[in-house]
Amino acid sequence: MANYKIRKIKDRFMCILVWLALLMALIPLFSILGEVVLKGASSINVNFLTQPTPTVGEAGGGVANAMQGTVLAVGLASLIGVPIGLMSGIFLSEYSETKLSPAVRFFNDVLNGFPSIVIGIFGYTIIVLSIGFSVMAAAFALAIIMIPIVTRTTEEALKLVPATVREAAIALGVPRWKTIVSVVLSGAKKGIATGILLSLARIAGESAPVLVTMGYWRWWFAGLDKPVANLALNIYIFAISPFENWQTLAWGSALVLVTLILGISVIVRIFTQEKY
Amino acid sequence: MFSPYKFEIESLNAWFGSKHVLKNINMKIKEKAVTAVIGPSGCGKTTFIRCLNRMHEIVPGAKVSGRVLFNGIDIYNEDVDPVQIRRKMGMVFQKPNPFPMMSIYDNVAAGLKLNGIKDKEKLDSVVERSLKLAILWDEVKDDLNKSGASLSGGQQQRLCIARALAVEPEVMLMDEPCSALDPIATAKIETLIRMLAEDYTVVIVTHNMQQAARVSDFTAFLYLGELIEFGPTKEIFENPKSELTEKYITGEFG
Amino acid sequence: MKNSRKPPVVIHNLSVKVHKIFKKPLTGDYAFKLLTAAFASSIFLMLGLMIYELIKGSQLSLQRFGIEFLIGSKWDPAISQVFGALPLILGTLVTSAIALLIGVPISLGIGLALSEYAPKRFGFAISFLVELLAAVPSVIYGLWGIFTLIPFLRNNVYVYLQGFLGFIPLFSGPIYGGGVLTGGIILAIMIIPMVSAVSRDVFSAVPDTQREAMISLGATKWETAKNVISYARSGVIGAVILGLGRAVGETMAITMVIGNKFQLLPSSLFDAWYTMAAIIANEFTEATYGLYVSALIEVGLVLFFVALIINVLARLVVWRSLKLVRGIARE
Repeated sequence: MANYKIRKIKDRFMCILVWLALLMALIPLFSILGEVVLKGASSINVNFLTQPTPTVGEAGGGVANAMQGTVLAVGLASLIGVPIGLMSGIFLSEYSETKLSPAVRFFNDVLNGFPSIVIGIFGYTIIVLSIGFSVMAAAFALAIIMIPIVTRTTEEALKLVPATVREAAIALGVPRWKTIVSVVLSGAKKGIATGILLSLARIAGESAPVLVTMGYWRWWFAGLDKPVANLALNIYIFAISPFENWQTLAWGSALVLVTLILGISVIVRIFTQEKY
Repeated sequence: MFSPYKFEIESLNAWFGSKHVLKNINMKIKEKAVTAVIGPSGCGKTTFIRCLNRMHEIVPGAKVSGRVLFNGIDIYNEDVDPVQIRRKMGMVFQKPNPFPMMSIYDNVAAGLKLNGIKDKEKLDSVVERSLKLAILWDEVKDDLNKSGASLSGGQQQRLCIARALAVEPEVMLMDEPCSALDPIATAKIETLIRMLAEDYTVVIVTHNMQQAARVSDFTAFLYLGELIEFGPTKEIFENPKSELTEKYITGEFG
Repeated sequence: MKNSRKPPVVIHNLSVKVHKIFKKPLTGDYAFKLLTAAFASSIFLMLGLMIYELIKGSQLSLQRFGIEFLIGSKWDPAISQVFGALPLILGTLVTSAIALLIGVPISLGIGLALSEYAPKRFGFAISFLVELLAAVPSVIYGLWGIFTLIPFLRNNVYVYLQGFLGFIPLFSGPIYGGGVLTGGIILAIMIIPMVSAVSRDVFSAVPDTQREAMISLGATKWETAKNVISYARSGVIGAVILGLGRAVGETMAITMVIGNKFQLLPSSLFDAWYTMAAIIANEFTEATYGLYVSALIEVGLVLFFVALIINVLARLVVWRSLKLVRGIARE
């Protein structure tokens, strides 16, 4: 049965290819993380974490202002992004019977994963043209990136709360809105919190929208109508520069950023293992 | 080595993880006859039939010990390739499972195409023959390109039977093939089974005792993983040797 | 007699007004529903405003160039102040196509590995690692791209590629390490987490009865897997479209490795090129006059619509297919 032998060989061959595919994805992952750790570790010291960005020729310096700036931008963004995302998620989960719901969910999904540079341009036209390149503009753009993520994760977290919880509260005479706010929300708070954390990690790494709404900034915070330093954007600026001290700074910044983002991602995964 | 037995099962044991599902089954299944396997739910009859074509072991944690001689050769011998064994046996499942993304024609031809048969004329003739055998040809011959999932439940099951028959197996293993069907569809399939017995060895698991009595030549009664009694159907139903068998037959339990 | 009954009268009036408009009483429940609905509807406002602002910002460029913008291939901000986006559109499409050509088979392989081949616990660990890949920011991909991937490809891959296939124009020409192929490769790596996760999900949703049917016919593992892919094929298409959407919008990583050279067509896969997202990132802060900025915003407008169409298509296909797969399974 020659045909059967061929089938067996094909089967073996494809099995190997499938595992090879896995390897092809894992090799870049380990390479990226490995390089960031190897090339960035040498930069990390107390100075690095407490000093602002150096000028071009200057030795030393660090990421302190960039960390400040990133935290500020992300924090400001969440002031807008979290409430809107939270309420939208509540609407989608608790009032999914309305005609509005599918439309909201659809466009929310569409906006999720939209090119962040386009959202950056949007931030430019709305804020920069009136106030100038500023952390407010960056926060605006980052908030828009954040909202679909928070909406979706909030909706999913709320959906996990069993219907029996809602029914019990309603049977006790609690009005629907209070049921949602007091009972359902607290039942889902772990899922909602992790969703928010993930979205923060995501926007902390964004550099394209920051580039067009804020631009490069070398100093500490100087007002909401001015830019701030940004960890992700700095990596870009330093990486493409021809200056070695800046390139080293890029790797160091990358290590800090990766630690921050992956740290949050890993912690969140550990907490939501039931998902798998 | 001529043997009138298609299967000779010796000391067959099966486990799901640590759960001992089949306990020391010894049985000889005659060829070109219908053997029914009956028993209350959980007695292991589905596991038993799946041990005959080495389908039991595909579930993670499943284990088998013992020998199953098929045409005189132990299918659990380490040199034996399970894929080739399954090729020789057709299986029909409790719920009809046609391939919904394939047409009726392609469903029946699926096994043939796997074996490398590409000649259109050969495929056409085998598909027609199999659908006729499965008493489905007249109902679908006008539109073989319809999706396999567009048929009724009873028709889908007959499609699955045609699909299994197309590769010309020696054995047909049927795991409660009528349990998801209405009485009319069931009757059609029972007729079909009696016809198949002329050329194939049929083993059918059923929880419906009347069906076993109507359709089979031999009956095996399993209870909690053990073979309680096995013999010609007439004897089992009219003159059971074991008290347990009699209790089950008369409906005292199960 | 002065009393504190004023507030109830005000609320009563408001209630009556609301009742007249919405035909429903202003209860706590209804108010809350309205509130959340209002927040949720902001998504329409965002998208609508975005389209409006992008068009408004592109006005100068739209008026000056009209349809020529999409088919023009000259980009000269300095002297003639002429802008045309065709090379950018081509660059975006080609690099995305390369990303799909490389990334989709790998992603399908991973999806199969996770749903058909790997034991459960092993599968969790692998899914976890693949998702880590998704958490890495684009700019760090770019950093790695410049300092690790480019030298690696230049010295260990492209040289040999040109050695074997150099007679084909695509593989001829000078190799500096970055360029079109490198851009496609890095995009491929970036879309793998998403496409493989969706693939894994749609494959896992295929009912076991389908696999059993194949196995009982004497199919090999790979033949059974092919059947699974066939059953889930609309979901796979959705995953691919999602991947395309991601590749098209990718900015930092691609601008850091592709070379940012504005030309209608590259001379080879090893030559530098440009994409819509990359040019915006590169030149936006240096656009010194109105028309220049407007042209860049118009590039953003084009990118917006490309991404919108792709994303809408993806959601339609993925939603429909997940419903289909689960629907058939339920029968």
